[in-house]
Amino acid sequence: MSAPYRFTRDLAELPTHAFGNRSLTWWGVILFMLMEGSGFALAGAAYFILKSHQGTWPPAPLQPPGLLAGTLFTLLILASEIPNTIVKKKAEAEEIAPVRLLLPIMAAIGGLLLVIRAFEFDSLNVMWTDNPYGSIVWALLVLHTTHILTDWFDTVVLTVLMFTQHGPTGKRFVDVSENSLYWRFVWLAWLPIYLLIYWVPRW
Amino acid sequence: GVQSIAPSAGAHTSAFNSLFVVFLVVCGFFYLLVIGFLGAAILRRRRQGEDGVPALFRVWVGLVSLSLVGLALASWLTDRAMASYGDKGPPVRIRLTANQWWWDVEYLGANPSEAVRTANEVHLPIGRPTLIELQSNDVIHSFWVPNLAGKQDLIPGRTEDIALLPRKIGVFRGQCAEFCGAQHAHMALTVVVEPEAQFRSWWRQQQAEAPAPRTPEQLAGMTYVTTRECATCHAIAGTTASASVAPDLTHIASRKTIAAGTLPMSRGGLYAWIADPQGVKPGAHMPYIGLEARQLDAVVAYLETLK
Amino acid sequence: MIARDGPELQGAELHDRLTRTWSRKPGLIGWLSTVDHKEVGRRYIVTAFVFFVLAGVLALIMRTQLARPESGLITADRYNQIFTMHGSTMMFLFAVPVMDAVAIYLIPLMVGARNIAFPRLHAFSYYMYLGGGLMLWIAFALNIGPDIGWFAYTPLSGPEYDPGKRADMWAQMITFTEVAALAVSASIIGTIFKQRAPGMRLDRMPLFVWAMLVVSFMVIFAMPAIALASGFLISDRLVGTQFFNPAEGGDPILWQHMFWFFGHPEVYIIFLPATGFVSQITETFSGRSVFGYPYMVLALVATGLLAFGLWVHHMFATGLPRMGYAFYTAASMTVAIPSGVQIFCWIATIWSGRPRFGVPMLYVIGFIITFVIGGLSGVMVASVPLDLQMHDTYFVVAHFHYVLIGGAVFPLLGVVTYWFPKITGRMMSERLGRWAFGIVFASFHLTFMPMHWTGLMGMPRRVYTYPAGMGWDALNFVSTIGAFGIAIAVILFLVNVFTSYWKGELAGPNPWGGTSLEWATTSPPPPYNFAHVPVVESRTPLWDADGGPLPVMTGLRVDERETLLTTLIDAEPDVREASAEPSIWPLLAAIATSILFVGSVFTPWAVVWGAIPVAIALTAWFWPKRSREPGEEPVIA
Ligand code: HEA
Ligand code: HEA
Ligand code: HEC
Ligand code: CUA
Ligand SMILES: [Cu+2]
Repeated sequence: MSAPYRFTRDLAELPTHAFGNRSLTWWGVILFMLMEGSGFALAGAAYFILKSHQGTWPPAPLQPPGLLAGTLFTLLILASEIPNTIVKKKAEAEEIAPVRLLLPIMAAIGGLLLVIRAFEFDSLNVMWTDNPYGSIVWALLVLHTTHILTDWFDTVVLTVLMFTQHGPTGKRFVDVSENSLYWRFVWLAWLPIYLLIYWVPRW
Repeated sequence: GVQSIAPSAGAHTSAFNSLFVVFLVVCGFFYLLVIGFLGAAILRRRRQGEDGVPALFRVWVGLVSLSLVGLALASWLTDRAMASYGDKGPPVRIRLTANQWWWDVEYLGANPSEAVRTANEVHLPIGRPTLIELQSNDVIHSFWVPNLAGKQDLIPGRTEDIALLPRKIGVFRGQCAEFCGAQHAHMALTVVVEPEAQFRSWWRQQQAEAPAPRTPEQLAGMTYVTTRECATCHAIAGTTASASVAPDLTHIASRKTIAAGTLPMSRGGLYAWIADPQGVKPGAHMPYIGLEARQLDAVVAYLETLK
Repeated sequence: MIARDGPELQGAELHDRLTRTWSRKPGLIGWLSTVDHKEVGRRYIVTAFVFFVLAGVLALIMRTQLARPESGLITADRYNQIFTMHGSTMMFLFAVPVMDAVAIYLIPLMVGARNIAFPRLHAFSYYMYLGGGLMLWIAFALNIGPDIGWFAYTPLSGPEYDPGKRADMWAQMITFTEVAALAVSASIIGTIFKQRAPGMRLDRMPLFVWAMLVVSFMVIFAMPAIALASGFLISDRLVGTQFFNPAEGGDPILWQHMFWFFGHPEVYIIFLPATGFVSQITETFSGRSVFGYPYMVLALVATGLLAFGLWVHHMFATGLPRMGYAFYTAASMTVAIPSGVQIFCWIATIWSGRPRFGVPMLYVIGFIITFVIGGLSGVMVASVPLDLQMHDTYFVVAHFHYVLIGGAVFPLLGVVTYWFPKITGRMMSERLGRWAFGIVFASFHLTFMPMHWTGLMGMPRRVYTYPAGMGWDALNFVSTIGAFGIAIAVILFLVNVFTSYWKGELAGPNPWGGTSLEWATTSPPPPYNFAHVPVVESRTPLWDADGGPLPVMTGLRVDERETLLTTLIDAEPDVREASAEPSIWPLLAAIATSILFVGSVFTPWAVVWGAIPVAIALTAWFWPKRSREPGEEPVIA
């Protein structure tokens, strides 16, 4: 224990939190996005492999899914990026008031999206047990819904947290910023899935 | 052996053997290099710096890359050559359907009257290619007769094929090579390679209907087999038994084994099998029937006549 | 007043205060709440070895059955469960986790960090791993062990051909271990990217750290494939989807693509950490840094990338297009180049160094002699015309035991010997160690060398028995003798571990004269790893210090768990971040998740109702526990 040391620098002035790739949280979120992103990509590949065995897609006499709910969902989730960007900026500026205003809005949007999602399942025009086509579109939609659901839950918990004494702390602001980053992934991942579920069967 | 890459009895396996020797020589050479270098490094045991090692490194990487290109090329050319063996003459056509755990064999003649159905045994004429269509009724199996050629899986919902070009007379053994459940170990196939004339006469004989029973006991056996449980699964051409979920028994006694290589064909084998298939091959899809001793005698006596 | 280490606070007083901050509570709850990577790593290692012994005992049973033809020792049904359990346990519960386990223990020490990144996540990972292993083995004990082979081909594993719960147990075990492996990968990447000691630039990282970095990324891209595949399989079996059902237009081959897209990278996920072991041992025992460091790093990265382009070489017999096959042959052979580079560089290191032949080094030599044979037989089966004969025979069984045991287990045994003094503070017996090495090396070849011939002479794998007179009898008998020889060596090795643990010679911080940072702290290391933040000025920091004073940085808090984050490439000090306190919630979250997973095998509703306790546990896990100053709250972990 008495190894002699050569002291080269004192680190006391370093900050105790940072945003973006300087923080561990950011890396955690990025890594989870990579895992889930490869999951989505592989599900997409499975979709095309299953499609290649079918003469028509969807297999006759099935109809492609109805467009209304899915498109509405897509528009809303795209629009949600506006408050999402703002809350991310405000969190990084460490301003508590706008964060406390916007997070509930994000949570509300998430809830609304879940409601629309229920109608999406209803408009698929196929059951998962019918055939591989039904199985894979249900799988894609369920997979994405779990992401909406977990992120919505995260957002609700974080919202509550921001209203407590733990709210206006550096680490919490980092959390809010990374939560927004993750939300971007959720909607970005949706766009190709939207095409696979609603448009590929129409081509 | 009868299920081995040596002796080679088919064009594919001969090509395999030559290619294998090429790989052995190249890999053996590199193995010696590695062991030699390692031995030298251990024995040297002195710190002499890296003298010469960086240059050696470049040589090594070059040598390895070059050899790999060579091996990949040799492998590709062999594969091409193998693919062409199926075109060497008018082929015999067979449809092989795998079931847990036996092989359904159909010879597809030029016209329907030449068609033959049997099980667990194929006969091939020497020197002529055989084209086998491969299907499966349940899970994935794999067709493999090592003396003749490599394997090809049988996949439910798909039709695959494999070509053979036999070059040596003999009786060989094939075995299902993809794990397919409880009795994967007992899913063998007898392959008889014979001269064209003999093959012809075998084929003709297989086209015939089952011979009529000649003794009262045989008759009793036939009555049992065609009117009781057996007929719900098996077929015997020329009788009323015509189900197709189990091996065709029309010429069962002419085959060399019972239940896909589980037992050799013999009176004792038939007794053992019919008395207690689950004891012989646990899990097989033929149930224990519980014949009385007299019924069993009669059934075996009848089956023995089905040459 | 915030206390920090520094010239004024060092030595015994610093030790006391840091120990207080970084220790967990005593007692059972404290034991279960630990987030110390050394404790978790130790448990991980021990658990993995328990599974190794269990699966090894199954191998002995198989070998006993196969010693003679037509042996009636065990039934077909039992045998099929046994080889499935052997393969699945060895791959999913031993080989992959044991590499993660060693990394959990060592990576934070090697990069000079106070604790692993995301400490609670990696504790959670351990409990998930344990849960999955327990579930599988309890199922096996209850005679509902899987019987479908370690790659569970559909439709054999589907609802029609495997009714009952056997295949579900297999698929769900996959889910457990894959959650565990992904969680560990995130922790390891976080540690390597952000917690390296100041000055440990990427090009100064020890090669084991490089190997684990590559492997962790491979896990992140490969595991989702098996997760998705086993998810599809479970849903085919439980809720009636049709992914793999040929009768409804589903595709059984889709399963094979998804499985091997994971399965092939997996074998390098096992092998690459072992190459890291070999590099560390070779460096220390040759007394020089590894020859060709940049090529070694390139070889790791190249293997990691190529690994994702080879999966079809497990499917040559399925009848896909011929041209495609040629591509996969070529790609598979390309992997031999990085492997050849690595082999060369290790030997060149020994050649140009001053080698000592301690037990760890013997394992390195055994590794080279053995692994190269397995690699070369791998090149043979990569050739389509050759593989069509050898596929699914004992030749392949020989290939993969050569690479798995020669390529991964030998280095592992070497590295246990090598790092044992660091972990326990005591040396393992050199004499027993040499005996164990000699016996395991000889018996291994006795067991698996004959299998090359058994395979070429036509013996398929996964058969519970075989007829007499095929020419396989003697070869199989020899293999069985060899297997028992391996068992004797394993027992010797374990005896050595246990006796040395109690009575071994005391080690001191750096018994082998190693150069990486783990040797800079005491053996075993204190809960906080390093008194001050070590600084790295070259690739071989301890040799360069040459017994002189170690350069360090100071100023981390000693009254709170704080860890230093550095920049990605150059490892410049950047942020002081709080590190998570011990917590019981990772365990509770793992229990809740296990209930969900196991329950879902019996009813899909378990997913719905089981999600509630999981959500509660996760919320409690992340919820800040007490009020502290701004910026001191742990976040993710
Ligand atoms: C640690 C695990 C590990 C490793 C490292 C490897 C390494 C390799 N494997 Fe192996 N493999 C497995 C584990 C592993 N394998 C397992 C578990 C299976 C079976 C799964 C199952 O079916 O149950 C399998 C099966 C398997 C198959 C499928 C066989 C079949 O089922 O029919 C193939 C086919 O291509 C293959 C190829 C290779 C190749 C080309 C390498 C290469 O990476 C090897 C490269 C190394 C060298 C070549 C040696 C060093 C190089 C030199 C000395 C240079 C000179 C060499 C030449 C010029 C040739 N492996
Ligand atoms: C890392 C992976 C790994 C390891 C280490 C091993 C180790 C061994 N394997 Fe295994 N094996 C696989 C991975 C591995 N295997 C895989 C993936 C398969 C394919 C499965 C499938 O087809 O699905 C396979 C298949 C397989 C088969 C083919 C089965 C078949 O196809 O029918 C055989 C047959 O001989 C075999 C044998 C052995 C033997 C003898 C060992 C020995 O080296 C084991 C040595 C260990 C011991 C002998 C334990 C010693 C301990 C004791 C004796 C207890 C002492 C107790 C106390 C001290 C308390 N293995
Ligand atoms: C429910 C279906 C079923 C019934 C009933 C049945 N079998 Fe079978 N039989 C099979 C199947 C399936 C096999 C193939 C088993 C195997 O090899 O795994 C078989 C195999 C055989 C074989 C061996 C065939 C060969 O090619 O080697 C004989 C002989 C046989 N059965 C005779 C009988 C007789 C006689 C009866 C009635 C007493 C009978 N079977 C009743 C399904 C049935
Ligand atoms: Cu059929 Cu194995
Ligand atoms: Cu592979």
